[in-house]
Amino acid sequence: MKRAECIGMLYPELDDKVVVTIMGACAQELYDLGHKENFFYLQHAMGLASSIGLGLALHLPQEKIVVLDGDGSVLMNLGTLATLARYRPRNLVHFIFDNGSLLSTGGFDSHTTSGITDLAAIARGAGIEHVAAVDSVMAFGEAAIEAFARNDLGVIVAKVAAVGPNQYGMDLQLPENAFRFKRWIAGRKLAAAQATTANTPPALVSNERSE
Amino acid sequence: MSVSYENSKIVFQGIKDAGITSLSALPETWLGLLLQQAEKDPDIRLIQVAKEEEAIGIAAGAYFAGERHILLMQNHGFLAAMNGIVSLAMLYGIPLCMLIALRGHWGEPYPWHTRGGIVTEGVLRALNIPFEYARHPKDVGRQIREAYTFSQSSLSPVALLLTRDLMEEAL
Repeated sequence: MKRAECIGMLYPELDDKVVVTIMGACAQELYDLGHKENFFYLQHAMGLASSIGLGLALHLPQEKIVVLDGDGSVLMNLGTLATLARYRPRNLVHFIFDNGSLLSTGGFDSHTTSGITDLAAIARGAGIEHVAAVDSVMAFGEAAIEAFARNDLGVIVAKVAAVGPNQYGMDLQLPENAFRFKRWIAGRKLAAAQATTANTPPALVSNERSE
Repeated sequence: MSVSYENSKIVFQGIKDAGITSLSALPETWLGLLLQQAEKDPDIRLIQVAKEEEAIGIAAGAYFAGERHILLMQNHGFLAAMNGIVSLAMLYGIPLCMLIALRGHWGEPYPWHTRGGIVTEGVLRALNIPFEYARHPKDVGRQIREAYTFSQSSLSPVALLLTRDLMEEAL
């Protein structure tokens, strides 16, 4: 299966979620479906998408956080799986697209090629309870639905082909993406706070006088 | 040499007084007493990482979430976090307020700390990261507050270097 098919499947579910994606093909395939203000594209700093996701998840408990990661990036920051397991944010789903390749830098084999390194096993060994390994679009969709419904930390390792988009480019400067992403989250928090206020009956005023 | 309990308390109080509600850290000797207080404090969320570069990502997530967050690390952890600082924080204009234990500097008895201690200031200067040295307990609270404020206004990493004078008991 192709990563683009998986992202295409997820895309309709992402409107109300906070999404962080890694660089390169993964970012481009998401962007090409149509940018949304709740998407953050980490175009460098490989390995940190899941750490950003953890920071978001712990501080935004009312939001669902989605991280779109890759084998090359995860291999650069394996400690993140242990940190995720330790803090176990219930609102984070971590997708790892494993194409066994450093595709964006010339297609060199990564350590996961030919099943040498098993990222799902590493995630389980790190202490993450809900880990799925899938290699068909159908299984991917089912695993994603389950993970979103579960209300617990989930990792989904999806074996995908080492192919990417034909063209790269975004009409979005990197700091601009950060500013707008932060503003979208702030807007959500404000709307949630206002909704709470609107639904709360006015405080009872005591008629008793205090002398 | 032992870590100053009194000054660790003062640094922690400085963090609290700056309105910080979230900390990421990798424990190290000079930060130990401070982090013990953070663990016990119900108003502070402490996130321990496996390696300091993770904390750069976590700090970015906290910033996006609108949380007042600082990072605590040893200077060798700062060196280990370099690409995250450059290619996440600096690239995207994300503030980082880093409190860095400056091991391996004046008075350092342990050889293994010295090389990192010697290069820390030079690396900060090369990256154009604003920094100050925290030496005196009476100043450190203000320095933490100002470091945080400046990180937010400049959308930049800033560093406050916690020195031996501050973190160890005086002889």
